[in-house]
Amino acid sequence: MVTYQGGEQVGVLGDAMRRAVFEAVASGPRAVGEIARELPISRPAVSQHLRVLKEAGLVRDERAGNRRLYELDPAGVSELRAYVERFWNLALAAFQEAAERAERAASEGSNG
Amino acid sequence: MTQRTTELAVRKQVTVEAAQARAFAVFTDGLASWWPLEGYHIGDQPAVTAAMEPRAGGRWFERAADGSECDWGRVLVWEPPSRVVLSWAIDANFKADATVDTEVEVRFIAEGPTTTRVEFEHRGLEQYAERAAEMQAQFDSEGGWSALLALFADLARS
Repeated sequence: MVTYQGGEQVGVLGDAMRRAVFEAVASGPRAVGEIARELPISRPAVSQHLRVLKEAGLVRDERAGNRRLYELDPAGVSELRAYVERFWNLALAAFQEAAERAERAASEGSNG
Repeated sequence: MTQRTTELAVRKQVTVEAAQARAFAVFTDGLASWWPLEGYHIGDQPAVTAAMEPRAGGRWFERAADGSECDWGRVLVWEPPSRVVLSWAIDANFKADATVDTEVEVRFIAEGPTTTRVEFEHRGLEQYAERAAEMQAQFDSEGGWSALLALFADLARS
């Protein structure tokens, strides 16, 4: 098991803020300053979260005049979703098999 | 409080030829009968069984041969036979991580005496953003997710 040594609060806050930054970006192309004004964190902190999201392929940026705007990267988002979806496809197929096996067993029991 | 309309989620739907109460029971009480423990495990040791405690606030977890347990998360909503919501505190590397709080919601809708539509949702996936690239690498690696996929494929064929 993973143990935490005092860093847990920071970690949770970090995750929650990264999610907030992600959601801000998801609502449309935004500049760092715009996002920072809406959240209780500094511009450098917003930039740091954006960098992580960009490296993960979930967010992309583009220049608009002298501003840099961030928006969701549809390719990266669908890749992440596909990864998780594939796992559950297989898990649910196994569940379906088990549920139907249990139903057949019960039905045979009551008929026989 | 902002509405989390933009969060990443995977939604699935499957129709099973089983009564609603049975489908619910197999998913929860019968977790060990279908969850593939052999292909992978979250704890350090191989898991021999898995279980879900039948109440809100209960745990769902795997257990190793020596009796040690590794939690996957908590039961958040327990409404038999129609709905269960679970927290999935598992990180992108399939290790327990209390700071990850993705949610799995499963709804069981009776469509007939022995037909149940199962609606499934795993949400909060944006928390995996940081690890997305790493997940992809592991997914493709030998003995990682590929082993799990092979096991599922066998189950699906049987």
